[in-house]
Amino acid sequence: MTGLFPPPMGLIVELTHRCPLQCPYCSNPLELERPASELDTSAWMRVFDQAAELGVLQLHFTGGEPTARRDLPDLVRHAAARGLYTNIITSGVLLDERLMVALVAAGIDHIQLSLQDIEPENADRIGGYRGAHAKKLAAAQRIRDAGLPLTLNFVVHRQNIQNVPQMIDMAEKLGAERSEIAHVQYYGWGLKNRAALLPSRAELDATTATVEAARARLKGRMVIDYVVPDYYASRPKSCMGGWAQRFINISPSGKAMPCHAAETLPGFTFPSVRDTPLAAIWQSDPAFLRFRGTDWMPEPCASCERREIDWGGCRCQAFALTGDAARTDPACALAPDHAVMAEAVAERGIAPPPFIYRRLGAENERAPAEAMV
Amino acid sequence: MSLPETTVPGLRRGVKFRFDAVRASWVVLAPERLFMPDEPAVEVLKLIDGARSLGAIADDLAARFAAPRAVILADVAALLTDLADKGAITL
Repeated sequence: MTGLFPPPMGLIVELTHRCPLQCPYCSNPLELERPASELDTSAWMRVFDQAAELGVLQLHFTGGEPTARRDLPDLVRHAAARGLYTNIITSGVLLDERLMVALVAAGIDHIQLSLQDIEPENADRIGGYRGAHAKKLAAAQRIRDAGLPLTLNFVVHRQNIQNVPQMIDMAEKLGAERSEIAHVQYYGWGLKNRAALLPSRAELDATTATVEAARARLKGRMVIDYVVPDYYASRPKSCMGGWAQRFINISPSGKAMPCHAAETLPGFTFPSVRDTPLAAIWQSDPAFLRFRGTDWMPEPCASCERREIDWGGCRCQAFALTGDAARTDPACALAPDHAVMAEAVAERGIAPPPFIYRRLGAENERAPAEAMV
Repeated sequence: MSLPETTVPGLRRGVKFRFDAVRASWVVLAPERLFMPDEPAVEVLKLIDGARSLGAIADDLAARFAAPRAVILADVAALLTDLADKGAITL
C-alpha cells in the first residue's frame, strides 16, 4: 500500500440536474447537464462497487433532485449492500409515502431535507415553486415517522437571515438530530445572485451569536452545523477538506471531480467514470493531483502554519474572484487579493436585486444593472 | 459531571459502528460525519448494545484489563460523555 494516497471518505453523486425547485443559490453548475446524458442504473451501481473497494465510507445522493430518479431505491439498496453509509440530500417535494417506504426497505441511513425559510410564502418564492414548503414539512414528518434520523438544512442569506432563531426552533420541534445553518456559498448560481443574497456584517454576527447560544442549549440533543460566508472571514474555509483529500464528486453524466464547482476552472479535463476506474482517478488523474496537498501553493500559503488546516482555501473561489485558480483564496486576510471581498460587500446595495432563478437556459441572464448600485 | 452507573448508553439513531477492512480501522459513521475512534473508545463502543449499563461495561473491562475498576469506571464515563457530545451515542 506504500505510495498510495489514503482513500476518500465520501462519494458525492449528483444523480441528475433535474429539479422541481429553482433556488437562486443552487450549487449545480450554470451549464446544467441534460437528462439524456445521465448515467444509467447499472453504470451507477458499478461506480458504487468501485467506491466501496476503494475505501469510500459514505455515499451522498444529491442532484438536482435525487428523488427525481425513479431508480433511487435500487441505487440505495445496492450501495447499502456494499456497506456504504447512504445519505440522501433532498428538497423533499417528491418524497411521497410510497417512495419513503421503498427507501426504508432499501436500507437508507439518513435523509437531509432542505428548507428555504420558515415563512411558507417566502420559502416558496426563494425556491421558485408554489406549495413546496408545505410538501417539505410533510416530508419531514414522513422521515420522522419512518424512524430515520433527520437533518434539516437551512440555506441562509439576506432574504431569510432574520428568521434563523425560528429555523432552529423548527428543527427542534420537528425532532431533527442535526440541523445545518448554512450561509450561501458564492459559486455558480450563488455568485450570479450574490448581491441578492449576501447578508451584512451585522446580520452575520447576529446569526453567529444565535447559533452559538443554540448549540450550548441543545448540546447532546441536536447537532448544529454552521457554515459561514467567506466574505467577512479573515481565514479561508478548508474547502472540501482540501482538494482531492476526502471527496469525489460525480456529475450526472459521470464526470469525476474533487468538488461540485470544479468544472468552472479552465484548463481542466475531468475524467469520466464511464471509462476510468475510480481508484485510477483518485490515485493518478492529473486533475485530482493538480491542487492536492501543498506543493502547488504560492506564498503566503506555502510557508503558512495553517497550510494543512485550510489547504489554501477554495480553488474555485480563487478563480472566480481573481481569474487564477492557483492564487491564495481571497477570503484569507493575508491574500494579495483580499480587497475583492470588501468590494463585493460594497456592491450588495441597500435593497436586493431580483433573483435569477436556476433553470436550464438562465445561465446568461443578468441582474438589472440599476439594482447593483 | 459524573454519570450514574445505571446509565445505559446506546448508539444514536442513524449511527453505525463498523470495521473498515480497507483502512484496517474501526469507524463511527453518522449523518454527514464520521470519525475513527481511538483504541479505548473502540473497546467501549464494542460493548454498547443499548442494554448494557455503564457499570456493566466497567465490570467487563475491569475483568480484561489490569486496572482498578474505579479508574476504569471514571475513564469510561468520561469517554461516554465525549461520544455523546460528538452525537454518536445517547445516554
